[in-house]
Amino acid sequence: MNLSRRQVLTLSASAVAVAATGLGPSVVFADAAATEKSIAAFTGGKSPATGKITLNAPEIAENGNTVPISVSVDSEMTKDSYVQSVMVLAEGNPNPGVITFNFSPMSGEATATTRMRLAKTQNVVAIAKMNDGSVFMDKKLVKVTIGGCGG
Amino acid sequence: MFSRREFLTASVALGAIAGVGMEGLWSRAAAQQALSENDLLDAPDFGNVTLLHLTDIHAQLKPLYFREPSINIGVGEVEGLPPHVTGADFLKMFNLKPGSPEAYALTSVDFTALAKAYGKMGGLDRIATIAKRVRAERGDKVLFLDGGDTWQGSYTANASKGADMVEAMNALGLDAMTGHWEFTYGTDRVEEIVDTLDFPLLAGNIFDAEWNEPAFEAYQIFERGGVKVAVIGQAFPYTPIANPRWMIPNWSFGIREDEVRKNVAAARDDGAELVVLLSHNGFDVDRKLASRVDGIDVLLSGHTHDALPEPIRVGNTMIIASGSNGKFISRLDLDVADGSVKGFRYRLIPVFSDVITPDPEISALIDRLRGPHEAELQRELGRTETLLYRRGNFNGTFDDLICQALIAERDAEISLSPGFRWGTSLISGQSITVDDLHNACAMTYPEAYRSTMSGQLIKDILEDVADNLFNPDPYYQQGGDMVRVGGMGYTINPKKPIGSRISDMTVLRTGESIDPKRNYVVAGWASVNEGTEGPPIWDVVEAHLKNNPTVNIEENRSVKLVM
Repeated sequence: MNLSRRQVLTLSASAVAVAATGLGPSVVFADAAATEKSIAAFTGGKSPATGKITLNAPEIAENGNTVPISVSVDSEMTKDSYVQSVMVLAEGNPNPGVITFNFSPMSGEATATTRMRLAKTQNVVAIAKMNDGSVFMDKKLVKVTIGGCGG
Repeated sequence: MFSRREFLTASVALGAIAGVGMEGLWSRAAAQQALSENDLLDAPDFGNVTLLHLTDIHAQLKPLYFREPSINIGVGEVEGLPPHVTGADFLKMFNLKPGSPEAYALTSVDFTALAKAYGKMGGLDRIATIAKRVRAERGDKVLFLDGGDTWQGSYTANASKGADMVEAMNALGLDAMTGHWEFTYGTDRVEEIVDTLDFPLLAGNIFDAEWNEPAFEAYQIFERGGVKVAVIGQAFPYTPIANPRWMIPNWSFGIREDEVRKNVAAARDDGAELVVLLSHNGFDVDRKLASRVDGIDVLLSGHTHDALPEPIRVGNTMIIASGSNGKFISRLDLDVADGSVKGFRYRLIPVFSDVITPDPEISALIDRLRGPHEAELQRELGRTETLLYRRGNFNGTFDDLICQALIAERDAEISLSPGFRWGTSLISGQSITVDDLHNACAMTYPEAYRSTMSGQLIKDILEDVADNLFNPDPYYQQGGDMVRVGGMGYTINPKKPIGSRISDMTVLRTGESIDPKRNYVVAGWASVNEGTEGPPIWDVVEAHLKNNPTVNIEENRSVKLVM
């Protein structure tokens, strides 16, 4: 059986790996520094504490092109104490910025879900900024894998 | 070869095992008796609930040989812990006598000799005898649960799209199941079966991919012996990654620890006094889950095919590992009062097919299900002079046969074969029938592809699969074994991180190092990608056996392990 290059790419168990790791030298991935810079800009230079915010993401992505995540922040969501915004970053994407959710006391609760593309195995980071200026962070490693050999 | 009588008197019986405070010695109660059905099954009346657990039978209706792994490495926190203990170490840890029936059932030590002495294991008609006896003794106290990987793995299961197994399991009278390979029949077929099944397929971790709503019932509450027992189903979390996602595009899986937590709480709110997680997570994932989610009394573990003679306790949870292929069935008698477990008796019952009388009704059903295919099933393709097996972290001899066939019949330089944990064993001198071959490769995506891959890509694949197996965090493990290779060798260090576990990749024929930049012709099978083309793998192996009907394969020495 002779296959065209295109067929080979879709055929082999490695197609996902090609997409995931082989984007080639022209694509420049974000590095830790770029992520740090985005976090600093969001927090006004404060280092985020752990706690309060929970990031939910799959351990291994079923499809790197559309990875479902959700964030929730433990907050009263009253005029005196509420979550202003939650920023989500993907450390290993060409551009780490994914989305920023904004809330108000009227939101009732600070939860949100979205889907994101992940170019490769990387940390997803979520940072919550409270109305008093305090910031909290959660982080999760999401693997983007070739698949096909389990069982 | 032992006579049946010698077998019966040869050894240690499996007496009353375990119970609170008895973890550590499996067979000490049983020193010198003869092995009879009664020895295997007799149990004092205890408690008010009995759980029977069967898992990963992979459509095996008939007795079989199945060699347990000689290599099953644990990394990180689980290094050296069961189930990552094999061979002589396993015998020592559980105080089993070498050469005993337990040693044969639970390890790979002297496998061929002991297989010839003690015979085949399993058979759904023998399992039916056990279940019926337990039901007769325990009446309304019994809950019979199937951990999944039931509908796939044989010629007849494939031919009937799982219908033979569904009929057999309905006849056995199960109370609930969960799944994994079941989903490789595709969404429509699964839904069709679930609608007609006599019992629920429970899975709290499968969601509609578009709306993120539960796709299956998460749990059900059964009343047994006056106790409300919640059974929560947990399907294999990585089904759409390890198996073709395109066959089940609308279902999303995952460990979803929070959902388990939520379902445990909901079941307790519903009045459950005993919470059972019927899981297809794999053992290490289950052990981690049990350490992080409170409120699971009994975790019935499946997927990684481990057979452990004692429960492993994590906090207040006991984890039961019941093996695979119908070699074992677990019986757990529980004394439940005031919403908690006050005591238990556990027995991993080895299904010695020559000792346990087949149930005539299920025997007849199996004959009827296999009948239309019997001539084809018995058709001989060759004969093996050496042990053929698959289970273990690296290449087994049955895989080597498949890899050789791929290279020869598909004209390839290198072959790849998935590290599945199912696939039965053949001992030296056995003929290889269509039945046997399909036990090693029956599936719904069997196409044997032929393509070119760069040396770098081959390394990336090996690294990726190795990380699925040896990631120190169990939640990132998928539970298969290492992908098998033909035509090449490599060295692996499981303790290294991804990207640096694999080294010294060599083309065996020339002895040359594999060049990351060169393209190699690679043949393989069971690709998860849609549209894969090629003949089914069983045709490839059959053609190879036609040209090479006598199989003689020594242990693979081209995969080197360093730690």
